[in-house]
Amino acid sequence: MSTVTTPPTAALGAPAQARRPEPAAKPRFGGGRALAWAFMILVIFGSLFPFYWMLRTALSSNNALYAGSNSLLPVQFSWGGFQRVFGLQTGQEAIDAGGAGQPIHFWHYLFNSVVVATLITAGQVFFSAMAAYAFARLRWRHRERVFVFFLAGLMIPTIFTLLPNFVLIKQLGLVDTLLGIALPSMLMTPFAVFFLRQFFLGISGEVEEAALIDGASKVRVFFRLILPMSAAPITTLAILTYITAWNEFFWALMVSYTDRSRVLTVALSVFKSQTPQTGPDWAGLMAATLVAALPMLILFMVFAKRIVNSIGFSGIK
Amino acid sequence: MAATTTTTQAAETRRTTPRAHRKRDDTRLAILFILPALVGFGVFMVWPTLRGIYLSFTKFNLLTPPQFNGLDNYIRMVQDPVFWNALKVTIYYVILNIAFQTILALIIAVMMQRLTKKTWVRGIVLTPYLVSNVVAAMVFLWILDYQLGIANNILAAIGLDRIPFLSSETWVIPTIAAINVWRHVGYTALLIFAGLQTIPETMYEAGRMDGAGEVRMFRSITIPLLRPIIALVLIITVVGSFQVFDTVAVTTKGGPVDSSRVLQYYIYDVAFGRFQFGYASAMSVALLLVLVIVTFVQYRLTRAEQSDLA
Repeated sequence: MSTVTTPPTAALGAPAQARRPEPAAKPRFGGGRALAWAFMILVIFGSLFPFYWMLRTALSSNNALYAGSNSLLPVQFSWGGFQRVFGLQTGQEAIDAGGAGQPIHFWHYLFNSVVVATLITAGQVFFSAMAAYAFARLRWRHRERVFVFFLAGLMIPTIFTLLPNFVLIKQLGLVDTLLGIALPSMLMTPFAVFFLRQFFLGISGEVEEAALIDGASKVRVFFRLILPMSAAPITTLAILTYITAWNEFFWALMVSYTDRSRVLTVALSVFKSQTPQTGPDWAGLMAATLVAALPMLILFMVFAKRIVNSIGFSGIK
Repeated sequence: MAATTTTTQAAETRRTTPRAHRKRDDTRLAILFILPALVGFGVFMVWPTLRGIYLSFTKFNLLTPPQFNGLDNYIRMVQDPVFWNALKVTIYYVILNIAFQTILALIIAVMMQRLTKKTWVRGIVLTPYLVSNVVAAMVFLWILDYQLGIANNILAAIGLDRIPFLSSETWVIPTIAAINVWRHVGYTALLIFAGLQTIPETMYEAGRMDGAGEVRMFRSITIPLLRPIIALVLIITVVGSFQVFDTVAVTTKGGPVDSSRVLQYYIYDVAFGRFQFGYASAMSVALLLVLVIVTFVQYRLTRAEQSDLA
């Protein structure tokens, strides 16, 4: 297929460039362009509307939602939903306002989520970086063979290892602990090792040689030279790992039974299942949903450019 | 190629002085450096994979040690109508999810390429991907609610019938597929967009010179050159799509009846609802086989020969 398209470029590339200033170089497609923009605006609207709807519902009074279900603004503005989420309403108040009345400890779940995501990110990125350094820079026998073995790990779908890993975590006595949730992804992922190795390979060997001649050890080179020089890709990897860890549901659902180790995603599904007799507490549920999503949305706002540009195939640049 | 350079370097190392040799061969240090990752790989990836296969040949309730029972689980699986239904439902979900998502992502990516390359546009399109499946499921549970959901209110307002999106056997799988399209389409679009950046602008200029319109250029330039990229995207997204669980667990728990009981949810149900870990493992092996076959077939069909996928 590329044989069809390549020769014309070779032949026409130069004249096309020469004519660039002419208006023909700008795509003229009047009606089509307007249509394309309309489509794009629809996509943007579709991406953002659910977030607005969360906020609008969270700030409404639950009991008023039935009558005002068409209102685009909060119906009977109220902080009640958020108050229920953070346990600021007494049981009876919550029930009167359409809530479940059971205590929910969102600060606690938030804390658990932060601990789990931080453990996973710090461990996974650091240990993967160490392994990646060994694969990229150290000289040892069977290096390539071991690396290929690691890469084969990319082929194992996580879903397959979940059940046996649960059995293992249970045998280790780590069920219903934060460490139990974090441990399986704390030591490495084949992708992180692969990603960082690619980057380390690209760092010029001369700087490293110079440091070694000055008498620095390889360990020192790793911590003082390689890691600082790779700050950008390591940050990107860490952010993506953090988001993935934060959003994990299935594995956390398996391991955590009680509030002790419940993370936000699991807490949210439990909160949902406590539907009161009178019907779901949509205001409270949407407040909880927003609270669960907010940390990642803030993280995204801060690092948007980095995250957006990191999505691609090579991940090397 | 990396393998050959290493061996030549290693050979050189051996020939140099003892002192340099000590500096060059880092086996000890290397073992120290890969040890944590190697433990993680062995204990939480290789061992569970082997153990999962072993458990599929046992009767295991988690409390007493597993008892070998040969092919019993597999025989039960072949005769279990719920399993076959779950497989069918999963495949139906994957087809809808992937078809809808890939086409939409392709259009969005091309629009971003030809219309605007603004980072904020890409940022907005990616936003849904930043929240968890649980959050996405919760919001749409509310938006699509039969009585109060804004989507049904709009349908009613323009004179159409309300749709029981998540409570009818016909609608439930397309709805769950659509919810996951909402969350993942931006990410997929950005992957394709990254691929589009590799097509030189001169191609389009040449096309325009020949009088081709946007649609024609899309068909004759974009699609053929993008084929390997789309192939890779498909392999990544199809494997992910087969593992659907979160959305089902939050919205329908497999219902109504078994119409949204996807394979992964059934496996979870058998393992944690009925404590039949042996049977659940056997179905996991089946899912693994399906994934291997699907990936292999896709790979052959699309000839995705690029290896550095992210």
